[in-house]
Amino acid sequence: MEKNVILSVRDLVVKFHVRDRILTAIRNISLDLYENETLAIVGESGSGKTVMTKTFTGMLESNGFIAGGKIFFEGRDLAAITSNKEWEKIRGIKIATVFQDPMSSLNPIRSIGSQITEVIKKHQGKDGTEAKQLAIDLMNRVGIPNAADRFNEYPFQYSGGMRQRIVIAIALACRPQILICDEPTTALDVTIQAQILQLIKDLQKEFHFTTIYITHDLGVVANVAQRVAVMYAGQIVEYGTAEEIFYSPKHPYTWALLSSLPQLGIKGERLYSIPGTPPSLFNEVKGDAFAPRNPYAIGIDFEEEPPFFQISQTHQAKTWLLDPRAPKVEPPVAIRDLHGRITAILKGQVSK
Amino acid sequence: MEREVILSVRDLEVSFPKGKGRFIAVRDANFDIYKGETFALVGESGSGKTTIGRSIIRINPTSKGKIIFEGKVINEKLSAEEDRQVIKNIQMIFQDPATSLNERATIDYIISEGLVNFKMFKSQEERKAKVVKSLAEVGLLQEHVTRYPHEFSGGQRQRIGIARAMIMEPKLIIADEPISALDVSIRAQVLNLMKTLQEEKGLTYLFIAHDLSVVRFISDRIAVIHLGRIVELANTADLFLHPLHPYTRSLLSAVPMPDPISEKAKELMVYTENLHDYSVHQPSFVEIAPGHFVWANEPELEQYRELLK
Ligand SMILES: Nc1ncnc2c1ncn2[C@@H]1O[C@H](COP(=O)(O)OP(=O)(O)OP(=O)(O)O)[C@@H](O)[C@H]1O
Ligand SMILES: Nc1ncnc2c1ncn2[C@@H]1O[C@H](COP(=O)(O)OP(=O)(O)OP(=O)(O)O)[C@@H](O)[C@H]1O
Ligand code: SF4
Ligand SMILES: [Mg+2]
Ligand SMILES: [Mg+2]
Repeated sequence: MEKNVILSVRDLVVKFHVRDRILTAIRNISLDLYENETLAIVGESGSGKTVMTKTFTGMLESNGFIAGGKIFFEGRDLAAITSNKEWEKIRGIKIATVFQDPMSSLNPIRSIGSQITEVIKKHQGKDGTEAKQLAIDLMNRVGIPNAADRFNEYPFQYSGGMRQRIVIAIALACRPQILICDEPTTALDVTIQAQILQLIKDLQKEFHFTTIYITHDLGVVANVAQRVAVMYAGQIVEYGTAEEIFYSPKHPYTWALLSSLPQLGIKGERLYSIPGTPPSLFNEVKGDAFAPRNPYAIGIDFEEEPPFFQISQTHQAKTWLLDPRAPKVEPPVAIRDLHGRITAILKGQVSK
Repeated sequence: MEREVILSVRDLEVSFPKGKGRFIAVRDANFDIYKGETFALVGESGSGKTTIGRSIIRINPTSKGKIIFEGKVINEKLSAEEDRQVIKNIQMIFQDPATSLNERATIDYIISEGLVNFKMFKSQEERKAKVVKSLAEVGLLQEHVTRYPHEFSGGQRQRIGIARAMIMEPKLIIADEPISALDVSIRAQVLNLMKTLQEEKGLTYLFIAHDLSVVRFISDRIAVIHLGRIVELANTADLFLHPLHPYTRSLLSAVPMPDPISEKAKELMVYTENLHDYSVHQPSFVEIAPGHFVWANEPELEQYRELLK
């Protein structure tokens, strides 16, 4: 089936003024987002996941700027938008974001119900009673028990998981085409996280939006994503379908991320942990940014930035290891047969 | 196998004032922790995990039951010397590295605080040497002593929290979700560090978590807690191979595994207490197999015994 590209990023560069220095947070990213799919973005803290997606809604902090590249969406270049008025036609309406901390998106001194109705009135042009009914429906849809009774309650009367459901409800009230979820479940416990993941998937089936899901947790990625972008130090280093990224990863950073998962740990053994720290983004990065931490690094990694190598029509990775001249290396044993390994771990877990 | 009990919790209840009455946050808690093991307490947010930890270090007063440390009941009035010993020997690493450190104190001050309170050094040189040694143990540098918490990353702050506990040379450490707030790439480091320190010092851990997947790797035995009640307790392998209580099974189903094939086939089990009919047969905490306890009534035990066959 031919997939439609709904948003496409070309050679994006984002920089920040920090006192009298310049920090380069996004270094030449290109990316296609496919309609109706869920793209997961993973990578360690500071790799640029949030900054990249903030450029899709014009939400970079005032010290940040797009220094190059284009973001195509509905036939126009979002990177060229300069007026806030223009952004207001896109942000929240066509592209909405759910952030990690629900309190940052909710007004603590207004009732939950009024915050949802306001958005419905504004975006769906409905009046008072109808808007209220739609709001209650939506609260029910996101799994708030006794929604009608809880309509007039305030955010502090809701648990963390319920608040996050409300933020999702508000984002969806705008009927966006793209929903960006920036670690929406990181602060929640696994039980609630599992419910929210299910909720997002169910709503996506019903409303046909496209999701970008940012997370640290590769377990979550496996659960929600059709496609995965792995980020390191301001770049995408590997991009592919979820199956490609989990079952035949090619970039040593992806290997390292997978290997360090506690879910794969064997009792009595040490977990793999990635040595060292990411490079400073204030300096020009020479060669492959991951080289100093990469046990598989070869000479050229320290000299020249690797290009993307195409592995399949949907899979590409930015590592010299894929160059025909590079020595053949196999991924670490622990992740060679991820499905087999996880099946073994899970065996007996679910009884008949 | 040596099985010396270091901590016993018996019929523990912890309640808080609420309106005119009291809210019972933990009820009927019973478990033993063996010397040198890692015992995990797992359950969803609000289930009472931190409350149990805080009642063991005696921040939360208990309303019923006993907490026995090295043979001595500690949730009652202790002599000054006993009190000292308990404080020194049971240390807690707190849930949130972002808020658990005094922002206006230097690392030197934060790490020495316990030493100073307990006069655990003879000279300033000795105190400094102890601080530097404990920093080194957690992979931080001597030069860090003059810095402030905000100058450190989340993983480093959690290391500071660990150093602060370790410097007291405790016997039992209560680690309250020590990695939940950390980046994936740092989680492995902190878990490995805790494991190493345990081996070197023969430490016992009470490890609190909401995620069973982390616990599988680190703990010897696991207690699952739901709404203040321990519903199942078993050694790690048994709990994963033969989870009996429906809440344990729903927790297991919630853990996201890094495997798209199993994740996409997975069915989420949602637990509600309505699953149980306790109108006729009352439940209790029963040892259904050696070392495997479950909160159940007689008909449920019948079913569970079938599952274990
Ligand atoms: N307003 C800002 N001023 C200066 N630097 C910034 C600003 N916002 C982000 N950065 C820097 O840009 C880089 C990318 O940050 P970003 O927030 O996108 O990371 P992330 O991948 O989302 O990390 P996390 O997982 O911690 O949320 C980091 O080095 C960060 O310090
Ligand atoms: N000091 C207190 N006063 C009143 N209620 C309290 C107090 N401390 C805890 N509680 C309540 O006791 C219950 C258990 O809380 P606790 O913090 O032990 O949960 P937890 O299992 O540690 O959850 P989390 O995973 O979110 O940390 C909750 O309902 C909480 O609101
Ligand atoms: S979510 Fe709120 S702020 Fe954002 S566009 Fe809709 S109404 Fe405006
Ligand atoms: Mg971020
Ligand atoms: Mg807690």
